[in-house]
Amino acid sequence: MSDTDRPAPQARPQGDLGGTGQHTGQCCTVRDLAKTYRSPSRGLGRGRGRGAAGNGSAAGNGGAPGNGGVGGGTGEIRANDGIDLDIRRGEVFGLLGPNGAGKSTLVRQLTGLLRPDRGSVHILGHDIVRHPERAARLLAYLGQESTALDELTVALAAETTGRLRGLTLAQARSESADVLAELGLEPLAHRPLAKLSGGQRRLACFAAALVGERPLLVLDEPTTGMDPVARRAVWSAVDRRRAERGTTVLLVTHNVIEAETVLDRVAVVDHGRVIACDTPGGLKALVDGDVRLDLVWRAEAPTEVPAVARLAEQAECTGRRWTVRTSPEQARELVAAVTTGPAFAALDDFTLATPSLEDAYLKLGGRGGGLAK
Amino acid sequence: MTLLDRPVVVTETAAPLAPAARLLPALAAVYRAQLARARVARIPLLFVATFQSLGILIMMRGVVDPGDNSAAHAVVAGSSVLVVAFVALNLLAQYFGKLRATGGLDHYATLPVPPAAVVLGAAAAYASFTVPGALVTAAVGAVMFSLPLANLWVLLAVVPLAGAALAGLGAACGLLAPRQEIATLLGQLGMSAALLLGVLPVDHLPQVVRWLRDLLPSTYGVEAFARTFTAAPDWAAVAGDLTVCAVVGLASLTLATWAYRWATSR
Repeated sequence: MSDTDRPAPQARPQGDLGGTGQHTGQCCTVRDLAKTYRSPSRGLGRGRGRGAAGNGSAAGNGGAPGNGGVGGGTGEIRANDGIDLDIRRGEVFGLLGPNGAGKSTLVRQLTGLLRPDRGSVHILGHDIVRHPERAARLLAYLGQESTALDELTVALAAETTGRLRGLTLAQARSESADVLAELGLEPLAHRPLAKLSGGQRRLACFAAALVGERPLLVLDEPTTGMDPVARRAVWSAVDRRRAERGTTVLLVTHNVIEAETVLDRVAVVDHGRVIACDTPGGLKALVDGDVRLDLVWRAEAPTEVPAVARLAEQAECTGRRWTVRTSPEQARELVAAVTTGPAFAALDDFTLATPSLEDAYLKLGGRGGGLAK
Repeated sequence: MTLLDRPVVVTETAAPLAPAARLLPALAAVYRAQLARARVARIPLLFVATFQSLGILIMMRGVVDPGDNSAAHAVVAGSSVLVVAFVALNLLAQYFGKLRATGGLDHYATLPVPPAAVVLGAAAAYASFTVPGALVTAAVGAVMFSLPLANLWVLLAVVPLAGAALAGLGAACGLLAPRQEIATLLGQLGMSAALLLGVLPVDHLPQVVRWLRDLLPSTYGVEAFARTFTAAPDWAAVAGDLTVCAVVGLASLTLATWAYRWATSR
């Protein structure tokens, strides 16, 4: 496969959607993608029959958040509705949203697993809606389930996947050995996946996804359950492929920290629509100027203190934890108020932080509470 | 023209497609992986399948006289083929049912592998699991019912051919069932049918049940094997029965391949 026409990996695309100059660097282009399920109870697999609906389409960059409506009313559920995306070659592009936002449905459409009701998907110049079978020859997909590999040993899972990706036995064996070594999986090579911990199993499935090189990796929550060592192994392997081969990565996540640290650009998905698409920095700029103050009380909050009583009205309270998003000036006053006298005595912990992607997500109108921090 | 114009006109040259896996190497890879699964998950079930058939032999020994009679032939042949029905039909229906219900089929569906390779590889592996159990059951049965052991080699043709027919049905049930529990139910029903209609001596069955029996592909495997216990086997009839198994096997595996396509492309 020729990588010569891909941009140098150092030249990471940043910022907003480019002009026509970016066109030759497109990896995946999605236009007006929509899917409606007739009955939620007949859903098959993850992502089916879930997610609610929204109206109107939000284009790649900065689509305005609209009203999150409900689909149909006669048992119809719009899993996604008017999705537009442009993923450039060589970038790590993220789909961020809470569970049920429609991320997995979108991924199933991009990987040729699910036929959309309308819209188009082009991957590296191939029409995936018309030729869904081509997706398997263009991309490697790491789904959320490992049932197909569970009873195989790690080595055989990787090798078999390589063979089914068209490698010869010798190629599959050698690539599988290389990938297991790269990810530090050699000590587990001869253990069945079903006997591994959740994080180890996930890493083994990731290994299988890497055997038999593809220019696009589609990873659905790849690091779920992994310890920091395994996470590092995953992101190093991704970076290496990007640097050496210009591999594009589409990452599905509901983890904001991960999204902030590994993604070049992120599409924020909610109610089956893309409500914004930008770099993590660009999205956070939406809430620039604000800070987030988290307070944790030892027991009951001392609402007899006037400053705390005022704070109670604007804070988002989850048990003993209060979160308030406000201007730096007001935050300074609040910190001063709660770090003196009876309020301070009742305070267990507090943090003052610059805004995260989650804050941007909430500002865009996303549903709270669905993202992992 | 801007990026967000619709529809998208893909002006760049399409990237080359990676080669797809060819049928036979992919089939071999699936077969090998499925056999390896046996080490982890299938061996206890193989014992269950064999013990079930041995139990039926012991039970039937109480009501069927040993020696060269058609009832004894039917019991031994039926119990041996029952091992095949248990594994190839019942367990394969459960396997594909689970794979479809849990999203495991996505793994295969996002690999460039011919559907026939996945279905045939799994079916062949499940049929292979049954060879030891079927041979043990046949040998023990032949001794218990004082039947000759000389023609047990016929099982080497009966198991793959009946296995193909039953595994194809099992895979199709698993892939077409709307829910995992229904796949399990269909597999169990198929196995029960193979048990009741295969093991019980045919002379004692009512006509309606005999028609049902004729519809079941395992019947022809049982008949082929049962014929070889006679003093002078009618080899032409044996070949005829095995041909029916082969034709049904071809049809059921074709159906299973179609079912796989259907289940992975919706």
